[in-house]
Amino acid sequence: MNILTAKNVTKRFGGLVAVSGLNIDLAQGSIVSIIGPNGAGKTTFFNCVTGFYKVDEGEIIFDGNLLNHKSTDLITRMGISRTYQNIRLFANMTAIENILVGEHPHLKTFWAEAIFRTPRFLKEEKDAEAEARRLLRYVGLAGLGDSLARNLPYGAQRRLEIARALASRPKLLLLDEPTAGMNPNESAEMMRFIKNLRDDLGITILLIEHDMRVVMGISEHIHVLDFGQKIAEGTPKEIQRNPRVIEAYLGRGAASGLEAEGVSATV
Amino acid sequence: MNPEKKFTLRDAVNQGLIAGLITSLISMVGMVELFSKRQLIANLMTTAQVFILLAPALLSYQSARKSAKNNALASGAVTGFFASIPIIVLVLLASAFDLRQFLVNVSPNLISTLTFGQGPVVGSLILVAINTLIGLLAAILHQLDEKIRNPILTGLLWTLLVGMFSEILQERLRAFFGISFTNLIIRSKALQPTVAVILLVGITAIAYFWGQRGASFSERIANQSATQRRNMIIAQRVAFFVLLLAMPLLLGTYLSEVVNNVGIYVLMGLGLNIVVGFAGLLDLGYVAFFAIGAYVMAILTSEGFLGVAQTSFWVALPVSVITAVAAGIFLGTPVLRMRGDYLAIVTLGFGEIIRIMANSDLLKPFIGGAQGVLQIPKPSFFGTSLIQPGQLYYVVLGGVLLAWFVSTRLSNSRLGRQWMAMREDEDVAEAMGINLVNTKLLAFAIGAGFSGLSGAIYASKLTSIFPHSFNLLISINVLSLIIVGGMGSLPGVVIGSLILVGLPELLREFAEFRLWMYGALLIVMMLAKPEGFWPSAITKRELHAHDESIPIEEPAAAD
Repeated sequence: MNILTAKNVTKRFGGLVAVSGLNIDLAQGSIVSIIGPNGAGKTTFFNCVTGFYKVDEGEIIFDGNLLNHKSTDLITRMGISRTYQNIRLFANMTAIENILVGEHPHLKTFWAEAIFRTPRFLKEEKDAEAEARRLLRYVGLAGLGDSLARNLPYGAQRRLEIARALASRPKLLLLDEPTAGMNPNESAEMMRFIKNLRDDLGITILLIEHDMRVVMGISEHIHVLDFGQKIAEGTPKEIQRNPRVIEAYLGRGAASGLEAEGVSATV
Repeated sequence: MNPEKKFTLRDAVNQGLIAGLITSLISMVGMVELFSKRQLIANLMTTAQVFILLAPALLSYQSARKSAKNNALASGAVTGFFASIPIIVLVLLASAFDLRQFLVNVSPNLISTLTFGQGPVVGSLILVAINTLIGLLAAILHQLDEKIRNPILTGLLWTLLVGMFSEILQERLRAFFGISFTNLIIRSKALQPTVAVILLVGITAIAYFWGQRGASFSERIANQSATQRRNMIIAQRVAFFVLLLAMPLLLGTYLSEVVNNVGIYVLMGLGLNIVVGFAGLLDLGYVAFFAIGAYVMAILTSEGFLGVAQTSFWVALPVSVITAVAAGIFLGTPVLRMRGDYLAIVTLGFGEIIRIMANSDLLKPFIGGAQGVLQIPKPSFFGTSLIQPGQLYYVVLGGVLLAWFVSTRLSNSRLGRQWMAMREDEDVAEAMGINLVNTKLLAFAIGAGFSGLSGAIYASKLTSIFPHSFNLLISINVLSLIIVGGMGSLPGVVIGSLILVGLPELLREFAEFRLWMYGALLIVMMLAKPEGFWPSAITKRELHAHDESIPIEEPAAAD
């Protein structure tokens, strides 16, 4: 069953067509990557899914609901959550506070209850905090809850951002370059972590990634974009052999030559 | 500023000249002369002299701080020496030409203050000597160990403050201890020299011993059990509340009135703090809600011909607040989709619209136009009319405590986190499922409510209101006091109000230079302490430091 279906999605900025006629289906519980050169429209597609951009043409259907005219906060409440390419934590809030903000869609008490500290409010706050600490432990940051987000090391910030995204209990998690700026060891660890996420929590994961080791290592399905259009899709094996993909990455002419030398497998 | 850059003799000279120019400037605008009437220490020192020496002292200290350790003293002295040059130039110019033609304030009086009454030549020499000495002293002070330096600075500051406010202090001391005792300490509005010395030494000593013992003291607190600590906090709070309640008795009529004015601003500041400090929405038309609260109170309770209901203060109060909240929502709904600067400009416009409407002929039959609304009764409480400032104080206090309570509770809740997240990054906050419009509206409405409450009390306190009391300057004042106190910090609002509203009321000479001082203070604050006098984040993180001891777990080892 497909959890997300993008049909013929087009997004234009003035004359520039950032995403053009894109069709993507995500099977429930899968790990899918979108790859492509810089400016291919990957992040734009993420922004369309999360409602930050309004789609010009086509439709995006999530869990049977049309997302096209929904606002960002509503889409988050429906069960899509994301991280950002350049980490966007609430820098001056603590790690725990960051996650608590992420839990927002599930907190139900009315704001005035906070003034009177009703039992319901106190219980909810306590549970929310416990949940936040649990998530923090889950992403391997136990004990760092009270440090400011901006003081955390880079890798920890990436993890915290994922914890914050998980706090809204998403059905679909969009990860925008989760291993950017990481060394091979850290990337490998992140890879394992993402796999566990899917296996433990059953969350469908869509990621944008440039590190081919990661992409090939965890994706069950890969979509390749170039200039806003999908040029290929398939399993990692299929993608590695696809001449159009190699062409998009390395330029015309490289495709045939490199493939003949057997270099393509390491692209 | 830049530690790698070497601080040269030239820099020290520059600092000195800047200090001298500052002193010349405050002399030429007339501040020094005004303050020469206010004695700090009887027959020894006037506030004016402090003002003359303040800039040289501060900048010499600065020079000593920046320069290398072995020539810090020299830098300080050089800065002090050169600080006197611009002043001497001013003195010589003034004695050679009639500067008063274009600089009205350069009067013979000023020159005699600047030269310590000794004539231009001798006076200039004295000036050089004193400035160099002050520069040297400031540098020596800087060279001292922190354990000694800080107590001395504390002592100096408090002695200066006591001296500046000796007139008010004199009145209070008389009320409690009688004239003869007071005359021992303060005579003719100035501190007695011996008392000044005792104060300086005493406070320095106390500060010193506190610094020595403070560490072990706080350690002892940290070692206390949770119940002990809680008991101590409760005891502190009770003591604080008793002090708050007894305030009018201690302060007397005049000071109570000042405190009430400060309180009105604190109340407004707490409201604006939610909007600007918590939610990060720059609202420059905040006075609008203050005006709405005041006018609703005025019209509902006035006994004059504009009064429509002659209701009691307590009935009109909630109505004023609700009207202000409604106005907040009404304004907020269309404009809160804007960001940053645009929001500031729209709200600025709204503030002006309300003032101009209050002033207009159109609404004159209802709210009196420029003549305002008169005969607003003071609030009464179980039959007693609260006429005295000392009685009204409790109404203001009630409002402030309410606003404080609501602010703390909300800032520690989900809504507070929503505001904080929104202030940090609007887009991401929205992506976390936060409805921006609702969250902003709540901040706006609650802030407007406090402002309305403040306005209602204000109207009832003054018994008559006029449109010109609700000008842009009030919005700016409230914003400034939040900036000075520290954005998002509740104690900061109180500190800011005391400095920006309380001080000018107490030092009536200031009145003329109020805006001048605001400007100077804001610039200095932005340069030296941009986080405000009582910043919120730090206190907050300090509190969190204790929490951390509860759930410490080893960071899960990366497998």
